[in-house]
Amino acid sequence: MVTRALLIPLLPLIAFVIITFLGKWLKEKSAWIAIGLNLVSTFFAFTVIWEVIKGAHFSASAAWLVINQIPLEVGIAVDPLAAMMLFVVTFVGTLIIIYSVGYMHEDPRYPKFFAYLSLFMFSMLGLVISPTLVQIYVFWELVGLCSYFLIGFWFEKKSASDAGRKAFITNRIGDIGFFLGIATFFYATGTMRFSDMTPELMHAHTGSTVLTLSALLLFCGAIGKSAQFPLHVWLPDAMEGPTPVSALIHAATMVAAGVYLVARLFPIFHAIPEASQVVAAIGTLTAFMAAFFALTQMDIKKVLAYSTISQLGYMMAAIGVGGMTAGTFHLMTHAFFKALLFLGAGSVIHGSGVQDMREMGGLRKSMPVTFWTFVIATVAIAGIPPFSGFWSKDEILASALESGHTVIFYTLVMTALMTSFYMFRLLFLTFFGKTRGHAHESPWVMTLPLVILAIGSIGIGLPGSPFMHHWFQNFISHHHEEIQMNTFVVTLSIATSLLGFLTALILYVIKTELPVKLAKKFWLFYTFSHNKFWIDEFYQATVIRWFKSFADLAFRFDEGIIDRAVNEVGWKTVWTANLKNWIDTYIVDGLVNLTGWMTQQTSALLRHVQTGYIHHYLFFMVLGLLIIVYAIF
Amino acid sequence: MTIPLNHLLIFTSLLFLIGLYGALTRRNLVGILMSIEIMLNAVNVNFVLFAASLSPKAGQVFVLFIIVMAAATASVGLAIVLAIYRNQKTIYTDQINLLKW
Repeated sequence: MVTRALLIPLLPLIAFVIITFLGKWLKEKSAWIAIGLNLVSTFFAFTVIWEVIKGAHFSASAAWLVINQIPLEVGIAVDPLAAMMLFVVTFVGTLIIIYSVGYMHEDPRYPKFFAYLSLFMFSMLGLVISPTLVQIYVFWELVGLCSYFLIGFWFEKKSASDAGRKAFITNRIGDIGFFLGIATFFYATGTMRFSDMTPELMHAHTGSTVLTLSALLLFCGAIGKSAQFPLHVWLPDAMEGPTPVSALIHAATMVAAGVYLVARLFPIFHAIPEASQVVAAIGTLTAFMAAFFALTQMDIKKVLAYSTISQLGYMMAAIGVGGMTAGTFHLMTHAFFKALLFLGAGSVIHGSGVQDMREMGGLRKSMPVTFWTFVIATVAIAGIPPFSGFWSKDEILASALESGHTVIFYTLVMTALMTSFYMFRLLFLTFFGKTRGHAHESPWVMTLPLVILAIGSIGIGLPGSPFMHHWFQNFISHHHEEIQMNTFVVTLSIATSLLGFLTALILYVIKTELPVKLAKKFWLFYTFSHNKFWIDEFYQATVIRWFKSFADLAFRFDEGIIDRAVNEVGWKTVWTANLKNWIDTYIVDGLVNLTGWMTQQTSALLRHVQTGYIHHYLFFMVLGLLIIVYAIF
Repeated sequence: MTIPLNHLLIFTSLLFLIGLYGALTRRNLVGILMSIEIMLNAVNVNFVLFAASLSPKAGQVFVLFIIVMAAATASVGLAIVLAIYRNQKTIYTDQINLLKW
């Protein structure tokens, strides 16, 4: 069973390796390799979750290195939470890969796209089954890297490559916090294993300042990955990537990682009220703010991007107020309907060729499958029963109310209202009204995933609903406190959803001239929302500008001092070398040459002795003989 | 009657010097060879003389060997001269300077 669980992330990795090396020959077939291996992986995930439902809980690990006698482990651990994530990631991810076959079919880097998708799946699945903080960090970074590849996939466009870089760097800021959090956590408790993070361990460290700090730092990582305020700025820009990538990042992988991390570390946050307060506050603020921004966006994908940020804020808020199961439940349902929304938006873009909602309209006739699935997703996210979004959102609102955070509760209700409004606004602007251009329905490889996800969006909420006695919540956490159906919350929730729907209906179907007037009248709100509180501009003017000037300073230091010193050394070396060269040429070589020259000169003189005349030799011989005779006697 | 040893030694010395003079002055290779033969003969005579005046007298036998050897060396010498002639078309030493550097 462990082997099977291990194969779940490894199969996409194998697909990545095969496509990377053989992509040139495989061409179109590389997609089928990715789909095939991911399907097998999905199948394994199904069997694994089946075993886990039956009560199995398996883990395996090996010591990687030992620090102060404490082993640092690598391995896998599958508990209910991880099993749920495995199921969601493989299922939704594989559908998105199938969808990409249709969406990317004309792309020149077609095989590479599937290689990246598979790598992304591998990273996310590896992250899910990590048993320690260090291992999760490794996969965390891999996920970030893959997001960089995929968001900047069309890197010929400057905006796309900028967006990839922005996502990567913004995440890096959060990851620094995450890394420091891991370090301080290890310092405080001496363990990195998730299985050690029990309430008992936390009890031993009650009131520890270091641990509080570490929890907040760990949350920094989640802020970056899950695009929470103030690091949410990368996510809307990430829309520059191909739409399947947006779906994958927003539904199954990447942003889910942050929520998953906080859910994993729930015992820590639960034990430190200050930290969970921060989580709840950031989550609520993000949820409200992003929903507010989504109200006035005109780009179909931008609306969905802010919607994702908002929904992630919801999940964070839920976990922050103690509703860990509610948060993870929403994570699962959201994965389905948000993937469906993005794929639907992709289908619309693919079919109509535009991304601005003002240029769309009346598409329900020409794209019936996309339309109906989109309706289901919209109803699900807006929180109208009995669709999945209702159950999970209701759960979150109930846990917010029960924990006694009234401000958070009402803010989330407001957010729900706005969510319902902007989603129906999107729906009406895109599919209703006048037809503004030619559009065609997408091929079956694209509509099939839509249909499957639509079924999922309807049904996936049921396991957590009162009809099944909150089976899902009990599955994820055994310590789950029973949440009663709160009539007040349910009524309020349905009322806000319907109110949002009706407002959108009036403004965008019945009295279509009204939005412009309202925008003029409430210009202050409109400008704030439309310009997203100028947060991007604020970062540009402060952090980025400071950073750039600091980088400029560092550059000048580099150029003026370090480079110059290096160059000086270089020049001096060249000068000395020239001197040595001169000495070599004229003195050392000169001496050698002089010896040779002198030898030549003397031999030129002496060679005249050798006349070659035999009688001369004879003469000298006799002469020599005589001299010898004379010397002897 | 016996000729005193001194006279005979003077004779062989003269003979030797004549040969030496010839060897040094002649330019013809054959002449040089002949002069060398003269010097050889002078030495031979000297040999015989000392062998006769000193005992044992068997030393004279060696002179016969030397004569035979001289004949052999002369033939080798003449052969060299012949080879030089074929190569250089001359046997005059002042025209042959192949030994020069």
